Amino acid sequence: MKLITAIIKPHQLDEVKEALEAFGVAGMTISEASGYGRQRGHSEVYRGAEYTVDFVPKVRLEVLVDDVDSSDVLEVILKAAQTGRIGDGKIWAVPVDEVVRVRTGERGVDAL
Amino acid sequence: MPFAAEPPVINEAATAFMLIASSMVLLMTPGLALFYGGMTRSKSVLNMMMMSFGAMAVVGIVYVLWGYSMSFGNLQDGGSDIAGIFANPFHLFGLSQLAGEDGARLIDPFGVGVFIPEYIYAGFQLTFAVITVALISGAIADRVKFGTWITFAVIWVTVVYFPIAHMVWGGGLLSGAEGGLSAKLFGVTDGLASVLPIDFAGGTVVHINAGAAGLALALVVGKRLGFGKVAMRPHNLPLVMIGAGLLWFGWFGFNAGSELAADGVASSVWLNTTVATCAAAIGWLVVEKIRDGHATSLGAASGVVAGLVAITPACGALSPVGSIILGVVAGGLSALAVGLKYKFGYDDSLDVVGVHLVAGLWGTVGAGLLATKTGLFYGGGWQQTVLQVLIAVISLVLSFVLTYVIAVALKATLGWRISDDAESEGIDQAVHAESGYEIGGFPASGGRTTRPAISTASQVEGANA
Repeated sequence: MKLITAIIKPHQLDEVKEALEAFGVAGMTISEASGYGRQRGHSEVYRGAEYTVDFVPKVRLEVLVDDVDSSDVLEVILKAAQTGRIGDGKIWAVPVDEVVRVRTGERGVDAL
Repeated sequence: MPFAAEPPVINEAATAFMLIASSMVLLMTPGLALFYGGMTRSKSVLNMMMMSFGAMAVVGIVYVLWGYSMSFGNLQDGGSDIAGIFANPFHLFGLSQLAGEDGARLIDPFGVGVFIPEYIYAGFQLTFAVITVALISGAIADRVKFGTWITFAVIWVTVVYFPIAHMVWGGGLLSGAEGGLSAKLFGVTDGLASVLPIDFAGGTVVHINAGAAGLALALVVGKRLGFGKVAMRPHNLPLVMIGAGLLWFGWFGFNAGSELAADGVASSVWLNTTVATCAAAIGWLVVEKIRDGHATSLGAASGVVAGLVAITPACGALSPVGSIILGVVAGGLSALAVGLKYKFGYDDSLDVVGVHLVAGLWGTVGAGLLATKTGLFYGGGWQQTVLQVLIAVISLVLSFVLTYVIAVALKATLGWRISDDAESEGIDQAVHAESGYEIGGFPASGGRTTRPAISTASQVEGANA
């Protein structure tokens, strides 16, 4: 099993979610995140004082998938999240040792 | 006071108007709490708002005990006045004397035959004292002990505000009274100074006074940790804009109410207040657009306040077009002035100086230029403008010096600053044991009740059992 984590632009979330649902992914977890990469931040002005805001709002999306689906799911997220402009984010996958469904106690692929 | 042969009769329209106007002015202080609160960082929003609410609580009481007596106790019934500086604080101490013989004695402060109960005149004036003290708090956001602030509020309003209110409105040195400064400079006509100082609703008493006090306090208290290095951006601009809206609404009570009657002057004041404020918002936004590239919401809210400040002294003397000119200049000037604190290195956190002092000075002096009857631009000669500059500068210097002395005395005794740790962690939790927001939607921030609200001893025992 793999954990796929994607850091995406907040306004791409709906598109990514729909694409994942269409692919057959049954669930996902998101959280608000802040960060920057090569895009750096942006500047804001309050009463003439300019502030650089480095950490810009992002969404962190996490999906657990079977090993065989991993690269497909990654591709689905990539297509849906990509706008081609700076700040589109990153996606990565890491191996997962064990997954347990809390309600039933099912383990492994059955718990996905 | 003109002597009335027949017993005075209450003017019920004016009385109703003053009851409403006073309530509107009182609402300005919670409005200011929102305006200021939104501008601070989220870790100090409650303390910022509490400085306004705290000022409201103590100044309201002090006003009834000796404030009104010190400012206006000389107006009738043989009250005395000390060298034109303040009236006897004990003459009307506690205000029970205002009951008079019929339950509410009447007053006609302008001597125009419009009598209202002195209770509501005192109430109206009370709301001014409250907001003036609250205005100062913006200069020292995020960093001072609440107890020191409350102590300051009581001392400052007594030593600085009441005397200045007396001098300008209570027939003292800066008023148009026969013994006042203007009478000495320009002579007397019919028992009043030939050139009457213009401060309709408090450019000197409220705004120059609060602005100069804010500057003195910011200098004595010192900068916030990280001032000029750390980003200290407003945490909630919608709060700021709601606050500005409430201030604007309440300000109609402030300005139009200062006529003390629902009449033609009050109506023209209403209109002048409106257009000057609109113009100031535009003035501020234009400066921002040219200088920073963006017209901001904080700029609009700040421009509104700058316009209201500037029109305050002038609203009874200008034409609507004059008010627009006064307002647009006020907005532009204040937008330029808020940058001064970085240049000179004082941390007037929420720009009490840049907005209230600068727009207050401009409004007071601008009234001398633009007054339709006596202004320089209307062919009224230079006397009015000179007099306006004088009363503005005298109020500024008086307020600055006295405030500085009070602030230094408090620094040496109670101390102003909370600990550096408390300031970094956030003053709300350190001083008030509260936080403004529950962030992230986790119930009670993952905490639990360590002590239930104390209602009865047995319940507490039961909860602990």
